[in-house]
Amino acid sequence: MMNPMQIIGQTAVYALFALGIGYFSTLPPYTHFDPNQALIKLSFAHGGEPVTACRKRSREELAALAPNMRKLTDCPRQRVPLHIELSLDRTIILTEILPPTSWRGDGPSKIYRRFPVKAGPHFITAKLRDSRRTEGFDHFSTRQFTLKPGQNLSIDFKPAQGGFIYE
Amino acid sequence: MEALKHPMKLAFLWLEGWFDRFFGAKWNPFYCLGALGYYYFWIVAVSGIYLFIFFDTGVPQAYVSTQYITHEQWYLAGIMRSVHRYASDAMVVMVLMHLCREFAFDRYRGGRWFSWVTGVSTLWLVFSAGVTGYWLVWDKLAQYIAVTSTEWLDWLPIFGEPIARNFLAPSHFDGRFFTLMVFMHIAIPLFLLFIMWFHLQRINYAKVNPARGLAMGTLAMLLVLSLVKPAVSHEMANLAEVPGVLNLDWFYLWAYPMIEHLGPGFMWGFAGAGTVLLVLIPWLPPKRRRPAAVVDLENCNGCTRCVTDCPFRAVNMRQRTDGAPFHAEAVVDPSLCVSCGICVGACPTAMPFRSASDLVPGIDLPDMSVASIREKVHAATAELEGNDRVIAFGCDHGCDAGKLGIPNLAFVPLRCAAMLPPSFIDYVLSKNLSDGVVITGCREGECHHRIGNVWVDGRMARERDPQLRRRVPEERLLKAWAAPTDRRKLLSEIETFQVQLRHLPIDKGPARLTVIDGGRKGEISETAA
Repeated sequence: MMNPMQIIGQTAVYALFALGIGYFSTLPPYTHFDPNQALIKLSFAHGGEPVTACRKRSREELAALAPNMRKLTDCPRQRVPLHIELSLDRTIILTEILPPTSWRGDGPSKIYRRFPVKAGPHFITAKLRDSRRTEGFDHFSTRQFTLKPGQNLSIDFKPAQGGFIYE
Repeated sequence: MEALKHPMKLAFLWLEGWFDRFFGAKWNPFYCLGALGYYYFWIVAVSGIYLFIFFDTGVPQAYVSTQYITHEQWYLAGIMRSVHRYASDAMVVMVLMHLCREFAFDRYRGGRWFSWVTGVSTLWLVFSAGVTGYWLVWDKLAQYIAVTSTEWLDWLPIFGEPIARNFLAPSHFDGRFFTLMVFMHIAIPLFLLFIMWFHLQRINYAKVNPARGLAMGTLAMLLVLSLVKPAVSHEMANLAEVPGVLNLDWFYLWAYPMIEHLGPGFMWGFAGAGTVLLVLIPWLPPKRRRPAAVVDLENCNGCTRCVTDCPFRAVNMRQRTDGAPFHAEAVVDPSLCVSCGICVGACPTAMPFRSASDLVPGIDLPDMSVASIREKVHAATAELEGNDRVIAFGCDHGCDAGKLGIPNLAFVPLRCAAMLPPSFIDYVLSKNLSDGVVITGCREGECHHRIGNVWVDGRMARERDPQLRRRVPEERLLKAWAAPTDRRKLLSEIETFQVQLRHLPIDKGPARLTVIDGGRKGEISETAA
């Protein structure tokens, strides 16, 4: 049989423990993102052109290959690095060379970047070079948005769907 | 490391002393942190199974079904959800406190490294299980967890395409994702349960259930908390928006703000280095291990008591190898032995009355043999005089009775109180070496060697072999469990005991026994009756 001190003590311990569990299970609140800002996310995974153009094999070269390896063209596996440039209100906020992934450099280049910005109207320009050229860009997109507070604007790149996709 | 452990140990001892007053040794939560961890796991499992009945996968079904659970069926499923959350939180607290306590009390090195390392591995599983649970609700918090988790994982160069792209925009998200998360939220706890079982493989008599009173109190606490503050969701996730202010569960999600502010690379380094450090702690530095117990086949009759009493599964039986007419023999695994000597206390041949042959029991500690203890008893009691002479046997980890400055008290240290064969008490009293015997050691319910004081209680109560002989008068025996910080308590108990001894009539006192021929032949006859 418990004495009064034990009953009070146990109740106090359970209450304190419950208080601690109950409080820290939700509090203090955490501000992950300033509610007055918006977020632009730029992300894609895209493979550039092969580093050199495919070359036709000569008859001698084909003859030297095993019968099951006699492919008419010789294409390199490696891809060129991509050059991405993102501007916000005509100020470049990102310019980066994205190397291809994988050990052999034949995987897609990838990027995932977050840019918190003030909510309101913004002028966004995205440029991408994915060919062997050394200057200029192959893909170009300019859009104007009025971003609401807390809005998440994603910029993806899918050549099959026309290039840059804003969502 | 000692500079860290010592203050932690003192803090635990101080807190546990208070908890002993409120809960008693049997219900003291500190003495069953691991068992409480198990208990919370089962509460989470049962409540989770119930919630799973109503949970639906898909967007927006996951959120809608959780809202149904929380609001429509608040009286049962809603309470279950809250209990599920709070028991999970409490489990984290128990696991972390258990880890800190085992560290503070130096119970993670030597032969106990296995339990430590397997315990550390449960940390990742506990947190993963919790995180996947929060993910399932698919509210703003789940969205935050999903995005931050995948951004953290993407730091590893193992994904061809960033997996955070799955949450880039509403069109990127697929309801099949919930099927994966449900699978993970079930598979991870199942694997956790397997590791929890594995965690106990090198110990005997693992305490996996808290005392009934403590279990009931804990459950009542969870139910009251669930009614007072029910677990609720945030708004439904919307990948076109960024979650702003969130009510994080800090028990599980404390790392997420760190990932955001310090970067995923830092967090991987922190988590990886922390895990490696925790895993290596048993060897930083390694415990200087004492010699393991050794079996003397000439004296081992294969009674299995040492096997039964060993808390660490270090003693096993195997078929007899010496041709003696016994079925089996004991064998010690030195890698598991922590040299606590409990097996020696269990050995019926560890009999100090033996004098016809050398005092070599069937199992013994090479660096603290039974024969050496008997010698210490004789040496320590030689100076005692009067009618309140006391010999105290105490373990290495409890309060050191020898340093209390009590007059007319001789102290013989042991590795564990349960190392003392009960026949020693009979021996001391029957040989009139002292008027009373004190057995002291760690606080009740929290033996350094797990169950030493439980075995002592059983042996002294004549409920467990080897039993204290019935002729030993109980009024001349004192069990005083005391931690190093309980000096005053132990001092008071022993002084009271000495006063009691002084008042015992000498002629009607202990069943004093005389050993014929000075004990050389080992024949005993009662003379006091």
